[in-house]
Amino acid sequence: MTTTIDKGTAPGALTHLDALEAESVHIFREVAGEFEKPVILFSGGKDSIVMLHLARKAFWPAPVPFALLHVDTGHNFPEVIEYRDRVVAEHNLRLHVASVQDFIDNGRLRERPDGTRNPLQTVPLLEAIESNRFDAVFGGGRRDEEKARAKERVFSLRDEFGAWDPRRQRPELWQLYNGRHRVGEHVRVFPISNWTELDVWQYIEREAIALPQIYFSHERDVFERDGMWLSPGEWGGPKGDEEVVRRVVRYRTVGDMSCTGAVDSPATTVADVIAEIAVSRLTERGATRADDKMSEAAMEDRKREGYF
Amino acid sequence: MSGTSEISPDALSSADERVGLLRLATAGSVDDGKSTLVGRLLHDSKSVLTDQLEAVTRVSNERGQEEADLALLTDGLRAEREQGITIDVAYRYFATARRRFILADTPGHVQYTRNMVTGASTAELAVVLVDARNGVVEQTRRHAAVAALLRVPHVVLAVNKMDLVDYSEERFAEVANTFTEYAKALGVPDVRSIPVSALRGDNVVDPSSHMDWFSGPTLLEYLETVPVETDPTLEPARFPVQYVLRPQSDDEYRDYRGYAGQVASGVFREGDEVVVLPSGQRTSVAGIDRLGVAVRQARQGESITLRLADDVDISRGDLIAPVDSAPRPTQDIEATVCHVADRPLRTGDRVLLKHTTRTVKAIVKDIAYRLDLNAPIDGVLGHEQHLSELRANDIARVVLRTAQPLALDDYAIGRRTGSFLLIDEADGSTLTAGMAGAAFAAPGRCHS
Ligand SMILES: Nc1nc2c(ncn2[C@@H]2O[C@H](COP(=O)(O)OP(=O)(O)OP(=O)(O)O)[C@@H](O)[C@H]2O)c(=O)[nH]1
Ligand SMILES: [Mg+2]
Repeated sequence: MTTTIDKGTAPGALTHLDALEAESVHIFREVAGEFEKPVILFSGGKDSIVMLHLARKAFWPAPVPFALLHVDTGHNFPEVIEYRDRVVAEHNLRLHVASVQDFIDNGRLRERPDGTRNPLQTVPLLEAIESNRFDAVFGGGRRDEEKARAKERVFSLRDEFGAWDPRRQRPELWQLYNGRHRVGEHVRVFPISNWTELDVWQYIEREAIALPQIYFSHERDVFERDGMWLSPGEWGGPKGDEEVVRRVVRYRTVGDMSCTGAVDSPATTVADVIAEIAVSRLTERGATRADDKMSEAAMEDRKREGYF
Repeated sequence: MSGTSEISPDALSSADERVGLLRLATAGSVDDGKSTLVGRLLHDSKSVLTDQLEAVTRVSNERGQEEADLALLTDGLRAEREQGITIDVAYRYFATARRRFILADTPGHVQYTRNMVTGASTAELAVVLVDARNGVVEQTRRHAAVAALLRVPHVVLAVNKMDLVDYSEERFAEVANTFTEYAKALGVPDVRSIPVSALRGDNVVDPSSHMDWFSGPTLLEYLETVPVETDPTLEPARFPVQYVLRPQSDDEYRDYRGYAGQVASGVFREGDEVVVLPSGQRTSVAGIDRLGVAVRQARQGESITLRLADDVDISRGDLIAPVDSAPRPTQDIEATVCHVADRPLRTGDRVLLKHTTRTVKAIVKDIAYRLDLNAPIDGVLGHEQHLSELRANDIARVVLRTAQPLALDDYAIGRRTGSFLLIDEADGSTLTAGMAGAAFAAPGRCHS
């Protein structure tokens, strides 16, 4: 970010990206003004990368006044971990890691039969929030991702068990976010609630934000399960007659490697990706997440228990 | 109609970053078809993706419905699906070549009015649905009153379920007249009526073949073309300070001191003479940074940082305004409120009041009257005088006294600087949504 002079004459209407950006920045600044110890959930996925970019702009030229928290499933894309560490070093940030593996090793969590660790993230997340006394936790969730998320407030109050009660949400009026809470409670804050997948990509293009390479077309060994291309790994694949093949793919979302699928794609640039998702007839989660296919209300159930 | 029923990929590509954003909310009584209408709007504008439609079709079939129940596109919670009603607001996003839309589908049930208020508070347009068979009912009046109080600038009446009244022009005119008269009395400046069938798709995205007598636009055509841009230079400039930025770093920004916030209304320009409220100190705008870029001016809605010419004492909660159009700070507030908590609000209660970025203590001095939605007087709302307490979903006039002065505008002048929350100090919950100044725009009534 450099200082240049923009000589606007008559102020025109804000574009949709400007309006979304201004709203997200406002949310970051509200939290900085009203909470003692906020933290940004940072997975190295595109939504958390955009969140961090917005936070940096919100406080420019001062540093971001929050630490990062990565809930690490242990099933990581190496490129994503490299990216995470590079960003942390480059911007002089503080990173907390809550490790699912640690909880499995000390017996507090048990590996699921299907090998998926996405649902196991809740306990390490809540423990990290409690032990660090984080009072506001920024998440990159977007309402257009999923029908339970579509119902969530920007400031989402959680009780001491981290639980979300969709039937008793606090009214949220105008831009007057009420973050007051009792001891032991905390607030999940979703600064990019109103962004769509396409908005995120258009913003990445406009701001020239770097992303991990797995978001772009590359050759990869994959096997097919439930209509998705999964990466082989110690978490349980391929099994039986699942056959490993080499394909040209990219990832539309980045999550736990055991349940995040790749899509066939020749898109090598951000512009290619934008063109691709503008005509895609599948949602990003529908195309790439095995964990959401488990039941109609899988996300709502996980959120009730304290998931992101 | 051209260019609306099919979204061309070009429309969504990076080339057209310049399309604007319209925020809208549904309103109207339970079961009048709000969620179905939203589903229909998404479906017929090709905004529903294959996997979403498959999931909704599967659930509908399991319940024995032959066709996909489009309301399920927004009624996403377990409890909503079990009961067949909307409980809380769902936000949906869609785009056409002309505009992007953020759509809040709100619940009609009176018990969840607070969630309707949540959805409508940020809307620039409300689509009020009425079941053509039942016409305007109490809950229609309540939602229309809420939209009017919130000063939602545009209201569209969708007379729904036209398929159940034989697409009757007469019935449509009857309902539209009743509603329009009522809305006008509430001071709603712009009402447009459209006959639709959310279930069948008439006049939602595509023109109806059953209602040749109607020559107006379809709902989507109207949403795409209604002018929502206001001229910010005509509004007073307001800047609530959110956060003070002082990097104190070793680089060129060592001495940087900026005041971060979002322009609540109007326009700020370099060189403007300004006053800091409530302290009353005067200074001028030395520079404006828009997220790292120095600019000459900034308008309503932009998140910026102001640099000031003098070293004045400013912190979060202060309001910066032009010297010649600044609000006068006050400790006595008359306002209209929507009570949104289960806990009642009583005369004498001590609460917190959150206004822009400032939170102060306040006392409820008086509850002057409550609007009575059951007993319309002259087609408008009746009043119930001298109450000792407000209950959930009541709309009332109150008098408050704050511990410190607030730089408050009339809500009619600025939605952002005229609105406030009352908060329970003990548990932090939101009690009441408040709007300072006169309740309704003329010719609505405001006795106080
Ligand atoms: N015949 C007919 N039925 C409709 C129409 N629109 C909605 N319905 C039906 O009316 C019922 C209620 O529809 P919803 O869309 O859930 O109503 P709602 O206004 O969202 O209800 P709440 O959100 O609970 O206030 C459903 O059975 C719909 O299928 C219509 O245009 N014609
Ligand atoms: Mg509904």
